[in-house]
Amino acid sequence: MARSVSTRRKLITTVFAWAIGIAIFFPILWTILTSFKTEAAAIADPPVWFNFDWTVENYATVQERSNYFRHFMNSVIISGGSTLLGLIIAVPAAWSMAFVPAKRTKDVLMWMLSTKMLPPVGVLVPIYLLFRDLGLLDTRIGLVIVLTLINLPIIVWMLYTYFKEIPGEILEAARMDGASLRSEIIHVLTPMAIPGMASTVLLNIILAWNEAFWTLNLTAAKAAPLTAFIASYSSPEGLFYAKLSAASTMAIAPILIMGWFSQKQLVRGLTFGAVK
Amino acid sequence: MATKHSRMSARLMISPAVLLLLGWMLIPLSMTLYFSFLRYNLLMPGMEEFTGLTNYRFFLTDPAFFAALWNTIALVVGVLVVTVIGGILLALLLDQPFFGQGIVRILVIAPFFVMPTVSALVWKNMFMNPVNGLFAHAAKALGLQPFDFLSSAPLASIIGIVSWQWLPFATLILLTALQSLDQEQLEAAEMDGAPWIKRFWYIMLPHLARAITVVILIQTIFLLSVFAEILVTTNGGPGTASTNLTYLIYMQSLLQFDVGGGSAGGVVAIILANIVAIFLMRMIGKNLDA
Repeated sequence: MARSVSTRRKLITTVFAWAIGIAIFFPILWTILTSFKTEAAAIADPPVWFNFDWTVENYATVQERSNYFRHFMNSVIISGGSTLLGLIIAVPAAWSMAFVPAKRTKDVLMWMLSTKMLPPVGVLVPIYLLFRDLGLLDTRIGLVIVLTLINLPIIVWMLYTYFKEIPGEILEAARMDGASLRSEIIHVLTPMAIPGMASTVLLNIILAWNEAFWTLNLTAAKAAPLTAFIASYSSPEGLFYAKLSAASTMAIAPILIMGWFSQKQLVRGLTFGAVK
Repeated sequence: MATKHSRMSARLMISPAVLLLLGWMLIPLSMTLYFSFLRYNLLMPGMEEFTGLTNYRFFLTDPAFFAALWNTIALVVGVLVVTVIGGILLALLLDQPFFGQGIVRILVIAPFFVMPTVSALVWKNMFMNPVNGLFAHAAKALGLQPFDFLSSAPLASIIGIVSWQWLPFATLILLTALQSLDQEQLEAAEMDGAPWIKRFWYIMLPHLARAITVVILIQTIFLLSVFAEILVTTNGGPGTASTNLTYLIYMQSLLQFDVGGGSAGGVVAIILANIVAIFLMRMIGKNLDA
């Protein structure tokens, strides 16, 4: 029996829920609106809501003054690169743990997870010094390495929980038919694993894109991704709200869209399967 | 034969991940531990010498350490209170039938995807700024004195910003848990005349207990390491009013170049985080076979 709810109650809930939803979303909405204002309109009191002269000038200014596109590409390369590298390392590991479990598989998984609990500041000094000595400070490759390592446990875990859901009988059947390990992986496993891998990739890109401890501490001007570039607005000159908003809007838009597609996987990925 | 073969290749497949993580954990950790016993300042190269526990003594008796420890606890607890209570209320609301459920859900989740530096700077400038911020405009419109959030109440303001970022996470997880609740049980209670508050207290809340614990533990891990939000808003100030442990160690190591002292702080931070981690690992471990 489905729960029946009176239309009146449903309407009241609707108004209430929308009001709260919009209130929570408001800072993002306000940032997007402000990015289309002139600097004067951005600080107008009383605030202007929609009745201002819409302009895209801020976007052009941000690009011109600080080569925004380069930082955007740094973010793309760092988050994409670390996700790809992480996947290459994690897929075989997760595959073997899910389908050829050994006695210690559980211990290995838990141990991998425990590395994620290490507070980054605890290893800030050695990583910084190692990077300095290896010439990796302010390089994209350096950040790709660090972000791969910090997100590797999450990738392995997520893939493991997805692979676990693939019935083992299918693999056995393929093996009986004489499939080699290689063709088993390529023809049987991969097609079934693609949805899980896609959501793992999505979540990892989001996490890497927004990572703001290592990106802030290990980059300067050259390799700075958007997290670090936006931080440069913390010591502003003159009026800058509209420009800050334009830079911010471009920085969050791609991830916001990806995030909305991966809501469900987010829960599984971030709770390590503890809540489904 | 085949089993032995596949076991061998399984080992091989797992080893890159294990070795990399082992290296990532052991190399920097042992370096941190080693540095923490040295007098080592980047401004005085070649002067490194073993000093035993001196760094720890200095770090743990520094008044800034107690301020930072207190701020860290206040930040973690403050954000947890806001996000868990807010998350429960929001999850209960979003679980009700209403028009446009999907869209509202998307609006509520959005802050989680905003990078920390963006959300901190947007809040700092466009909302909390005492001259040009929206809150100041609103205060003036109501005939009140604008409040300088980040100077007068820096820690509380940062708690607010971080809560906004984490509320969606708590909501999403609690909502997921709530939706797995057996509806028939609730309906039975309703037919037996149990009022809403009793249904919430005796059926929903116990069902949510596990998810709430997970939210608390996972958020604590991340909240112990809040950094970017402090860096771009207050720089830990005024004084040490909004310096947490992470920020204190960052200042000591990368701004004062005191590698030894910063490393001692790092070891302390690791120990504190581990206390939380042990509980979290137990929770997750229990669920692994299920």
